[in-house]
Amino acid sequence: MTATETRSPLARARLWLWALVGIVAFALGTLLAVQWLKPAQSPAGTTAPSDIGTRFTLVDRDGKPVTPQTLKGTPYAIFFGFTRCPDICPTTLNRMAHLRKAMGKDGEKFRIVFVSVDTGHDKPADVGAYVDLFGTPILGLTGSEQQIADAAKSFRVFYQKVPVEGGDYTIDHSAFVVLMDRDGHMQSLLSDHDSDASAIAELRRLIA
Amino acid sequence: MTHLPFSLPALALGATLVAFTANAHSFSKGDLAIGHPWARETAAGQSAGGGFLTITNKGKAEDRLTGGTTAAAAQVQIHTMSMDGGIMRMRPLKDGLAIPAGGTATLKPGSFHIMFVGLKRPFKQGEMIPVTLTFARAGKVAVQFKVEPITFGGQSHDRH
Repeated sequence: MTATETRSPLARARLWLWALVGIVAFALGTLLAVQWLKPAQSPAGTTAPSDIGTRFTLVDRDGKPVTPQTLKGTPYAIFFGFTRCPDICPTTLNRMAHLRKAMGKDGEKFRIVFVSVDTGHDKPADVGAYVDLFGTPILGLTGSEQQIADAAKSFRVFYQKVPVEGGDYTIDHSAFVVLMDRDGHMQSLLSDHDSDASAIAELRRLIA
Repeated sequence: MTHLPFSLPALALGATLVAFTANAHSFSKGDLAIGHPWARETAAGQSAGGGFLTITNKGKAEDRLTGGTTAAAAQVQIHTMSMDGGIMRMRPLKDGLAIPAGGTATLKPGSFHIMFVGLKRPFKQGEMIPVTLTFARAGKVAVQFKVEPITFGGQSHDRH
């Protein structure tokens, strides 16, 4: 009788012990998992630097190669389009020029980069002549069909040639501007839905 | 011959009217009034350019802008532009652009526009490009597109 009586609390104690082991194991596991995931987060709690815009080789107006390495050290705002685009491209580049002006001296602390995806039409020098119209320094880039495809893929930019009547074509393309920090990592996107005030706030964050 | 005395003053009056409206940079024919046609300057090597204008139809029937001709470009096309999921899509309007009776069609950056395709030479700031627009009802209307700097219009997005 006494034996069964003393065994019962012992068994209960053993159960509690196992439960404790379980809890400790779970806590340790969680702690480990958190520690493991931590490197994927910056101190500010935002997501890790992505690989967006980290792999490309394009050419400038003189045909010289431009890579993420070339652009490192200065933040930049990059936009993909084509010179024959009568609307969204000049509108977007105008807007970037306008925002830069509104920022005064700070506006000189980032580059504006325009990439023509119209390999069938825009030669490097054509892109150079085009960006010169905007009255502010803009780096005009293009490249071979493959280079453009790779760069667009790297920046997650969509573009597609669409045939129109008469054998010609137009190009559907993403209309956002990608903001890249001085280390060549994406900070955020600007869209035409952003007000000037919020766009300037983003650009100030970019050059900070 | 009997028409001559009548048509000469009419012609003179017409010419005076055209001269006057060209100064004010608006044009009219029949029920249509066309306000400030302008085109964006283009860079050397750029083979197409955009044109913008407003067309008011004071009549009781819908009209359509179907196209046009100009010595400055191989083609004059009417395009629509749409933003869909962050992607810009531009398409020629096969049936042209409707100008509703008593209404106005606005061709402006971010919306409908004229596309001059196959530019013979770059559009230079300040020059006037003679263009004959074609309407389904009003017929041919001669206008002048003023070439504005590429930085003209649509640079601010303060809509919030």
